[in-house]
Amino acid sequence: MVQKHIVEARGIHKHFGPLHVLKGVDLQVDERELVFVIGPSGSGKSTLLRCLNRLEEPSSGSVVVDGIDMLDPRTDINHARQRIGMVFQSFNLYPHMTALGNVTLALRKVAGKSRAEADALARKALERVGLADRADHTPGQLSGGQQQRVAIARSIALEPRVMLFDEPTSALDPELVGSVLEVMRSLRETGMTMIVVSHEMGFARNAADRVVFMDDGLIVEQGPPAAIFENPTHERTRAFIGQIQRH
Amino acid sequence: MGGWDRFVETFFNAKVMAKYLPDILSGMVVTIELALLIVVTGLAAGLALALLRSLGIRPLNWLIIFIVDLFRSLPPLVIIVLMYFGLPYAGPSPSGFVSTWLSLALVLMAFSEEIFWAGITSIHHGQWEASRSTGLSYGQTLFNVILPQAFRLTIPPLTNRTIAITKGTALGTVVAVTEILGQASSAVSNSYNPSPLMMGAAAYIVLFFPVVVAARWIETKFAWKR
Repeated sequence: MVQKHIVEARGIHKHFGPLHVLKGVDLQVDERELVFVIGPSGSGKSTLLRCLNRLEEPSSGSVVVDGIDMLDPRTDINHARQRIGMVFQSFNLYPHMTALGNVTLALRKVAGKSRAEADALARKALERVGLADRADHTPGQLSGGQQQRVAIARSIALEPRVMLFDEPTSALDPELVGSVLEVMRSLRETGMTMIVVSHEMGFARNAADRVVFMDDGLIVEQGPPAAIFENPTHERTRAFIGQIQRH
Repeated sequence: MGGWDRFVETFFNAKVMAKYLPDILSGMVVTIELALLIVVTGLAAGLALALLRSLGIRPLNWLIIFIVDLFRSLPPLVIIVLMYFGLPYAGPSPSGFVSTWLSLALVLMAFSEEIFWAGITSIHHGQWEASRSTGLSYGQTLFNVILPQAFRLTIPPLTNRTIAITKGTALGTVVAVTEILGQASSAVSNSYNPSPLMMGAAAYIVLFFPVVVAARWIETKFAWKR
């Protein structure tokens, strides 16, 4: 049986002026897989993630998500992006809208739902992240953990095929991290394909199918969490794992 | 006659005031017309330039920046005089009213473009990314996510600048516009009495005080909790 990858990135290079941030990265992700991307800061993890939905334009390479060539100029990128949810470190909720408004915006403007349909879908999404009773709150009235869960609801309401998480818990107070990871875990149980850039090693250990270690713009090593965390083969992986485990 | 009586006789002469009240009132109408035209066209043009600038087309942006800097650095009176006395040599000869309107609208356009632009660029880039990542287009993001936030930030500087520039309608008096100050000063020379000038001052207060109060109200209404 030929395994069909839902995310297929090949030979991704990214230059920012003189900086060569990605130096030929290949990443294939299967349906329903949870891939964790770890590595030191500046290793290109976030840039790779942002190349997958073309928030960042790769300098060269190819990205195919759910059969859509993301870099083809003929691709309707706005349509394609509906299928790829993204959650950001800084939540990026719209501060002038309620939680419900944040979730309904794309449902109405992109998915073309009526206001009533969008409201119903948005309430369902908020319920999935445990915030049904916060629909009418503005982001300013919510805690960081709640804001991030609204951001997740904003993405999953569009029923994406893949979810990208860019350090979703890094901006949170420690006591709020758990609630966000809980939502991610329940999302995983529904079979969502997820690519997560994060330093939550405990979560990676017991939730990830695969851990990818990046350094200096390249994937150095990848494998099941146990292998990467217990028996890293590369010197750089060992150094990195050793460093984070000392904390 | 005591000093106080003489003061009242000179600056608040009832007979003179009654005689020239209709002139001042008609001046108020002209000032209101001018001010509304300036505010509507100036702000619309300023916003349009800011939106064009956000497209990031470099030669176009150089042109926009040049125009904006030009009209921000020229004194409004100079623009009015050039348009009224200079433009006829090139063909069109706008009336004093049109010259004042266009000149002040251009100045308001220039200042408001800078204010709108500052508002747009001050919105965190993450807002663009979040919106675009859910599939909203550039334009949808601009109108649904960026501008509503930018407008709230721009309201205080925008109202200040708008009030300052609309008061410049008084400059129209040098090109024979019959607005408040124009009416008042011709009444002063006809009556040999400064009372009409006091009426003019009162007329400006009557017109602009509510605007200032309304601006303050708008500022508080649109400030929102983070």
